[in-house]
Amino acid sequence: MKVFAIAEHRFGELNPLSIELLNLANKLGESNAVVIGKDVSKFAEELAKFAEKVWKIEDASLENYTPDLYVDVLLQLINREKPDVVLVGNTAQGVEFAPYLAVKLGYPIVTDVVAVNTANGFVVSRYVMQGKIMVDLKVSTPCVLTIRQGAFKEGAQKSGKVLDAGIKPSKPSARKFIGYVQPEVGEVDISKAEIIVAVGRGIEDAANIPLAEELAQALGGVVAGSRPVIDSGWLPKDRQVGISGKIVKPKLYLALGISGAFQHVMGMKDSELIIAVNKDPEAPIFGVAHYGIVGNIFDVVPTLLDKLKAKK
Amino acid sequence: MKIIVLAKHAPDPQSEVGIASDGKSLSLGTAVFDINDWDRYAVEEAIRIKEKIGGEVLVVGVGKNCDDTLRKCLAMGADRAIKIPFDGGIDAYQIAEVIAEAIKNEKFDMIFAGLMSQDVNNALVGVLLAGMLNLPFATAVTAIDIKDKTVRIKREIEGGYQEESELPMPCLLTIQSGINEPRYVSVMGIKKAKTKEMKEVKLEPKSKKVEVVKMYLPPVKKAEMITGDPDQVASKVIAILKERGLVG
Ligand SMILES: Cc1cc2nc3c(=O)[nH]c(=O)nc-3n(C[C@H](O)[C@H](O)[C@H](O)COP(=O)(O)OP(=O)(O)OC[C@H]3O[C@@H](n4cnc5c(N)ncnc54)[C@H](O)[C@@H]3O)c2cc1C
Repeated sequence: MKVFAIAEHRFGELNPLSIELLNLANKLGESNAVVIGKDVSKFAEELAKFAEKVWKIEDASLENYTPDLYVDVLLQLINREKPDVVLVGNTAQGVEFAPYLAVKLGYPIVTDVVAVNTANGFVVSRYVMQGKIMVDLKVSTPCVLTIRQGAFKEGAQKSGKVLDAGIKPSKPSARKFIGYVQPEVGEVDISKAEIIVAVGRGIEDAANIPLAEELAQALGGVVAGSRPVIDSGWLPKDRQVGISGKIVKPKLYLALGISGAFQHVMGMKDSELIIAVNKDPEAPIFGVAHYGIVGNIFDVVPTLLDKLKAKK
Repeated sequence: MKIIVLAKHAPDPQSEVGIASDGKSLSLGTAVFDINDWDRYAVEEAIRIKEKIGGEVLVVGVGKNCDDTLRKCLAMGADRAIKIPFDGGIDAYQIAEVIAEAIKNEKFDMIFAGLMSQDVNNALVGVLLAGMLNLPFATAVTAIDIKDKTVRIKREIEGGYQEESELPMPCLLTIQSGINEPRYVSVMGIKKAKTKEMKEVKLEPKSKKVEVVKMYLPPVKKAEMITGDPDQVASKVIAILKERGLVG
C-alpha cells in the first residue's frame, strides 16, 4: 500500500503531527512524505528520517499556505503517483483543504481519524458526539484521511530519499493570503498559572462566574474557561483553554462542567493534577482527569468553598 | 447580496445519546434537538450582513425533521427556506450532494456553513460543497468584511492566531463559533416566519462513500472517582490538595 503523508509547517517550523502521519504511513505500507512551500529543504531532511521518500513541491507562490494552491499541486502529484491513501493532519489547515482535494479526486474522506485497521478491509475509527461515541467506518481505497494529533505517536525510523516532485501551481490562487494576526494579550496569562479553576458550559450563565472566581481566589488560582464560555462573552478570549486558546500545564486544573471535547483536552491534558466535576458520568473529561466527581457544580463548589474558608 | 446558509437540525451531544440496537446508529430518543450550534452563528452572520447592506438570506436544511430549525432561522430573519427531506447519516458526501443539487438554480454571492456539526463532528459538508461547486472557500471564519465583490476574512488557526485572507465572490465560508452573538428569536419574528416560504425539494444522493461497521462507547475512565455527599466529596478533595501541598 502506497501512502502519502502531507506535511504541515508554519512560522518556519514543521508541525510534529507530520511525523505522526508518517508513523501511520509506515504501519500501512510505503511511506511518502509530501512537503509544500517556498524553500522546504530543511523540512524535507527532517521528514526523510521517518519516510521512504520525501516529495518536495517548491515555488515562490507557495510561501504561505492557500488551500487553492495546495490542492492544485497535490492533484498533479497524486494523479501521477497514485497513492492508495492520502494522510493529512486534522488541523485548521489540513481539515480545510483535504475535503476539497477529496472531491476533486473523487475519493472518500474521513476526518479526525484515531485508528486504522486493515485486517478486514480498510476500517477507520473516529469519535462522534464530541467524544462520547466511537464509530468504525469502512472506506474504499484510494481515500483521504485527516488524522487526529496524538493518535500515532510511535513509529519506525527511516532514512528515505528526498525528491523534487517537479510540480508548480498551474494558476494563481483565488484566495489571497494577507497575513497572520497575533493572539490578543490580556491581563492574566493563564499559561503561567499554577492553579486553574476552569469552567465550561455547565456553569450555565455569566451570573455564576463569580462562584468560580471565589473558588479560584480561595485556592490562589485563576479562572479559565472552555470555548463556549468565551464565545458567550462570560470570560475574555485570553482565558480560553484549548487548541484555539492556550495550552496550560498547572499544578491543579479543576474542570467544572466541561465535557472534555478533544479541542479542549489538548490544552490541559498535561496538567499535573486534574480534578473534574461533571454531572454526566459518561463525560469524556473523566478519561483525562486524575480524579472525577459525578455531581452538580452548584452542590460541590459551594461546599468546597465553605470548607476551604473554614480552614483559614 | 444573496447568502445561502446551511443549517442542521442536530441533537445536543450533552443530552442523552446512546447507540441503537443495531449497533450501527445512534439512539436519540430523548436527545434534545436544536439548530447546530455552529450554524446558529452562520445564520446570524448572514442576517447581519443582509441588515447592513441588503439582500436575501436563504436557509437550506437536510433531514425529514428539520422544520423546527428552518422555522427558527426564518424567525431570526432569514427570508426563505429549502427543506431537503433526506435523512443522511455520517456520510457527508451525500449531504453535500443533495444540497448542491437543490441550490443549482439559485444565484448567490456567498454560502455559509457551520464549521462542523455538533453531533457527527465531520467538519466536511461545507468544503465538500465548495469542491462540488468549484467555489473559493475558507474555513473556521471569525471575521467577515465585504468590499464590492471581494470578502476579507479572518480564519482561526491554532494557538489563538488568526490568518487573514481575501476571497472573490461567489465563495463559501464555514463559520467558527464566537464570530458574533446570535440573537434570540422574538415573538414578532415567529409570527413573520409563518408567512415565509419553506419549499420542500425531494432528493436522494447518488453516491455512497463510507459505511458504518459499528458504533460503540469509547474505552475511557482513567479518573479515580470521588464519591459521597457534597460534604464528604469536599473533604476528600481538600485531602488530595493537601497531600500535594496545594492548600495549607
Ligand atoms: C476548530 C475548533 C477549535 C476549538 N477550540 C476549542 C478550544 O480551544 N477550547 C475549547 O474548550 N473548545 C474548543 N472547541 C470546541 C469544542 O469542540 C467543544 O465544543 C467545547 O470544548 C465544549 O465546551 P464545554 O465542555 O464547556 O461544553 P459542553 O460540551 O456543552 O459540556 C458541558 C458539560 O457540562 C456538564 N454540566 C452541565 N451542567 C452541569 C452542572 N450543573 N454541574 C456539573 N456539570 C454540568 C455537562 O454534563 C457537559 O459534560 C473547538 C472546536 C473546534 C471545531
